[in-house]
Amino acid sequence: MKKFFFLIVMAFFAIACGSDDDSQPEVLGCTDPASVNFNPLANTDDGSCIFNKNITFNFTQNWDGQSVTIADFNTTVFTNEFGNSLNISKLRYLISRISLHKADGSTVDFEEYKLIDLEDPASLDLTPAIMATTGDYTGISFVYGFNELDNRSGAYPDLNAANWNWPSMLGGGYHFMQMEGMYDDTNGAPQPYAYHNGTARVSDGVFEQNFIALNFNQNFTITNDATIEIKMNISEWYKNPYLWDLNVFNTDLMMNYAAQKHMHENGPTVFSIGNITQ
Amino acid sequence: MERSKKIFRLLIGALAISLLVACSSNDPDPVEPNEDYVPTPKPLTVPSIFGQLLPPPSIPADNPQTVEGIALGRKLFYDPILSGDGTQACASCHKPANSFTDENQFSIGIDGFEGTRNSMPLFNMAWNTNNKFFWDGHATSIEEQALGPVENPIEMHNTWENAVASLQSNSAYPELFNKAFGTSNITKELTAKAIAQFERTLISANSPFDRYLLGENSLTPQEINGFAIFMDEARGDCFHCHGNEFSPLWTDNIFHNNGLDAIITDKGLGIVTGDPNDDGKFKSPSLRNLAYTAPYMHDGRFATLDEVINHYSEGLVYSPTIDPLMKAISRGGVHLIESDKADLKAFLLSLSDPSFINNPDFHDPN
Repeated sequence: MKKFFFLIVMAFFAIACGSDDDSQPEVLGCTDPASVNFNPLANTDDGSCIFNKNITFNFTQNWDGQSVTIADFNTTVFTNEFGNSLNISKLRYLISRISLHKADGSTVDFEEYKLIDLEDPASLDLTPAIMATTGDYTGISFVYGFNELDNRSGAYPDLNAANWNWPSMLGGGYHFMQMEGMYDDTNGAPQPYAYHNGTARVSDGVFEQNFIALNFNQNFTITNDATIEIKMNISEWYKNPYLWDLNVFNTDLMMNYAAQKHMHENGPTVFSIGNITQ
Repeated sequence: MERSKKIFRLLIGALAISLLVACSSNDPDPVEPNEDYVPTPKPLTVPSIFGQLLPPPSIPADNPQTVEGIALGRKLFYDPILSGDGTQACASCHKPANSFTDENQFSIGIDGFEGTRNSMPLFNMAWNTNNKFFWDGHATSIEEQALGPVENPIEMHNTWENAVASLQSNSAYPELFNKAFGTSNITKELTAKAIAQFERTLISANSPFDRYLLGENSLTPQEINGFAIFMDEARGDCFHCHGNEFSPLWTDNIFHNNGLDAIITDKGLGIVTGDPNDDGKFKSPSLRNLAYTAPYMHDGRFATLDEVINHYSEGLVYSPTIDPLMKAISRGGVHLIESDKADLKAFLLSLSDPSFINNPDFHDPN
């Protein structure tokens, strides 16, 4: 009797197993082992696969839409909103804490900071170590300069070697930008300007943060390795809202609180997101 | 008897063959380097202040620092064998007592001709991260730089062919090259590599100001005030090109026209790049060891530090490529008051490092 019962049970299992093998229920999921959400149990791909992709940030500069590169240095004459004629012989600036904002509310936070130097073409591109996942995004944010947490004196060897430090007596940390060249004074004679931006010194030992946190709302979808253009319209440093006259502010601006705050006021409209190619 | 004759002939034959083999190894044909030989690694000793604040030293992958390579380079650096008439060594114009420059405005070559640029002091070259050497940046590595003076007609006025032949026929050098590079077949490239290895060991980071930053000593109030003037954009504004307490090379290793002349006669960087916008630009020299490196500027025009400070304070002249960091040019500069000049000079001299010029490891081994 016992034996008979056992056989019945076994037979039941055998039939059950057999029917499974013949018509396995559909398991939906990502079936691509190269994805970040590969489901080894899935047998039907439902299009949910998510992949890691390299993101490259390409920093470009323009003057109201006209491209500015090292080829323009010293020779191209620009006219700012006030009417000053100027050329550019140096342009270096610091970008940090770049993040991509996903549609689900999470962010991809890149760890690198970048000193962009127009004289060094290799510095115009940044491909962060971590990758971004494919999918829908709603925005891009970054910091122009260093925020208070990051702006620690002497903390970054490559920036030290680049003499990028901001004097301790002015609050320390690092420059955010060095833009230099010559402008024509009211007599038409060339005079130097050094539009250097960093922490603002209010008074002896009293400093004010001067970085700019920028956040751009923009819907885009990452489907592949992508290049995101970050544009600087240099002319905006001289307007919106503060109309900059180089006859008033030209050199010795680092310790000039008013000049530092005018730079800060004008900064937000300088940057924008350009082409996203992939 | 017949048998012993045969053995004798065989022995003679073997001897002859071995002689042939031995002779063939004396052929002037290049000898393959011994791939298995590894000289003794000797990584640079990074001073703590550099280790804390700067990127690691830049060493070419094909010329690692070794005990034997450094020793050979040091011997070569001090040996007049490299010059056309055997009278001048690298050290003739790069003397340790002068922080590896000399006291002349222009150094005199073996034929009595003067150069046109001031001999550069040598130190901390492994931290010249943009790898542009000399006043005009024409050499892109120390190895390349070391090749130049030997053949320069107003310097050592030799040919490398001749210099290498002199080294090859010398009783000591083939073995020293063998120890350093695994081959006794001397070339100009290996010679330059050895000299570059020695030059990379010339590290200076032990001035009173360095020890002040490390909390090991104090500075005078005058030196401290001088540093404040150095860092003040409206007064010295030296830091944009010459470093700061977190950038202890005291140079940006970049090229600038610092307002010396209204008419540019020596184009400097402009000769190398061919770009007129670079005319009159020269590399910022480090401010370390100024106590030993007079005269100053690329053409050694200033005999004293006072003259240098006066130039930046009231002697600037305009030329089209002048650096925008040169201010108030129409008045010649910002006109520092005399006490500020004196304090600035005191600070500058606190960057001089007696232990560097007195380091016996850097002196003539011959």
